[in-house]
Amino acid sequence: MSFGLLFFVFILAIFLGVELISKVPSQLHTPLMSGTNAISGITIVGALTAAGTGADLTASLLGTMAVIFATINVVGGYLVTDRMLAMFKRKEREELK
Amino acid sequence: MMADNSLFIDFAYIAASVLFIVGIKMLSRPERARRGNMLSALGMLIAVVASLIECCISFTWIIPGLIIGSALGVVAARMVQMTAMPQMVALLNGFGGIASLLIGWENYHSEPAAAPFVTVAVLLAVLIGGLTFSGSMIAYAKLAERISGKPVRFAGQKAVNGAVLLTILIGGALFLLNPTAFYAYPLFMLIVLLSLALGVLGVIPIGGADMPVVIALLNSYSGLAGCAAGFIILNNVLIVAGALVGASGVILSGVMCKAMNRSLANVLFGGLQGNGKRSAEAEVQGAVKPISAEEAYFVLEAARSVVIVPGYGMAVAQAQHAVRELGEILERNGAEVRYAIHPVAGRMPGHMNVLLAEANVLYEQLAEMDDVNPAMETVDVCLVIGANDVVNPAAREVPSSPIYGMPIIDADKARTVIVLKRSMASGFAGIENPLFTKDNTRMLFGDAKAMAQQMVSEFKSAA
Repeated sequence: MSFGLLFFVFILAIFLGVELISKVPSQLHTPLMSGTNAISGITIVGALTAAGTGADLTASLLGTMAVIFATINVVGGYLVTDRMLAMFKRKEREELK
Repeated sequence: MMADNSLFIDFAYIAASVLFIVGIKMLSRPERARRGNMLSALGMLIAVVASLIECCISFTWIIPGLIIGSALGVVAARMVQMTAMPQMVALLNGFGGIASLLIGWENYHSEPAAAPFVTVAVLLAVLIGGLTFSGSMIAYAKLAERISGKPVRFAGQKAVNGAVLLTILIGGALFLLNPTAFYAYPLFMLIVLLSLALGVLGVIPIGGADMPVVIALLNSYSGLAGCAAGFIILNNVLIVAGALVGASGVILSGVMCKAMNRSLANVLFGGLQGNGKRSAEAEVQGAVKPISAEEAYFVLEAARSVVIVPGYGMAVAQAQHAVRELGEILERNGAEVRYAIHPVAGRMPGHMNVLLAEANVLYEQLAEMDDVNPAMETVDVCLVIGANDVVNPAAREVPSSPIYGMPIIDADKARTVIVLKRSMASGFAGIENPLFTKDNTRMLFGDAKAMAQQMVSEFKSAA
């Protein structure tokens, strides 16, 4: 994939991000922060590539550490966001009763 | 076979990107937010599976890495208390940053003679990832009060920071000229170390009260570091996801700066200059009038409308459940109870909403600053629980105050103000609060949870 095309995607995605995020109400800003934080753990894809294709032991160790950190970011981030949002949702149901 | 596989992988990455976008979109409505987060997690799973199919010669290192990371992630997410959410986000954010740095390092280590734009991306991943990591760790330590939340300043600080950044830029340029030269690897390591140093230097001069802005911004950086990693491995999904996160952090830090009436540059480089000295004219206009929980009960018992203003003190004391109980008893006693939430109350935007949600406070009772302020004069009692700077009238009245101009909740305009506070110590921002000495203010000193419980039991014993 060419650099130009990747850059094109990057710019478009920023505009999309601004549109999406500005619609999130302030009461959900904490879960938004931890949820997007989990999404930034997408570097796990790069980390897997790094750990799986390393040229030598050092490279593999660097890649594996990257996998560990990125996985904590992803798993921890999504679970903690879910914990928070579950509380918002539970309340919603009680309100309907 | 090869072609089939790559087509599948491309589609998987597109699906993952779409799921991230839909997931964030669903976060705009509380009732759909949880499903949105799950879709986003599903997108992540698809991306991980696709990259496992695509990437790897060997799984020897990957499987243990995934297992260790998942275990630690699960434990962290289960154990953390809702009150500690700001530092949790800072910590996770830092981990994302260090992952990008390591990816850049590994890539350079394995393939020093990559295409020039890949090498640029490697440098960016190292620089942004490194300062995100170290900056987030400092923010974590300040929020968790492992280190002092006070700004750390020294003479020539800005010059030092500028010099570090300049060295990184010059070093990076030299490195780019010839990434395979004999001096290139040491130079690369120097850039790694300086990037880490830059994160520390950039965050230490910022006071604890401004950490939420810093976290939002670092969150944005971790997204951009992810983008850089995407340019290294030429992968669109990293770029889309990273850009979404980058935009999110910038918007959130903008929202918070606006709520504090300050510019981002002022938060990052200016800092509050007050720290206790300049407020001399604002204080000693009256005496503090302390009351007991019993006296507070008599005031609340007679109130027909009550506005509760929660702040970080409520979080520290884990008082959200006791506060909700007090709110319910007040309602049963015939008062109209609302919770007024300032955009920067707590240590992260929306933090109070999460805590009150944890305690099962109803949505309809939560009000934003602009909804409660116009009618504050008609409120019988404004009960301030562990909030300080967000109800400081100096922001309206004292032009020399460091927080002058910041929109506040006009607690002082209520008929009676009860401030529940541990001591007279000034807030996180270190600014004196003239609210405490106003004629209509009563100070209820003590632990927020214990005091709220005492008031609840006063109500119960009276009934």
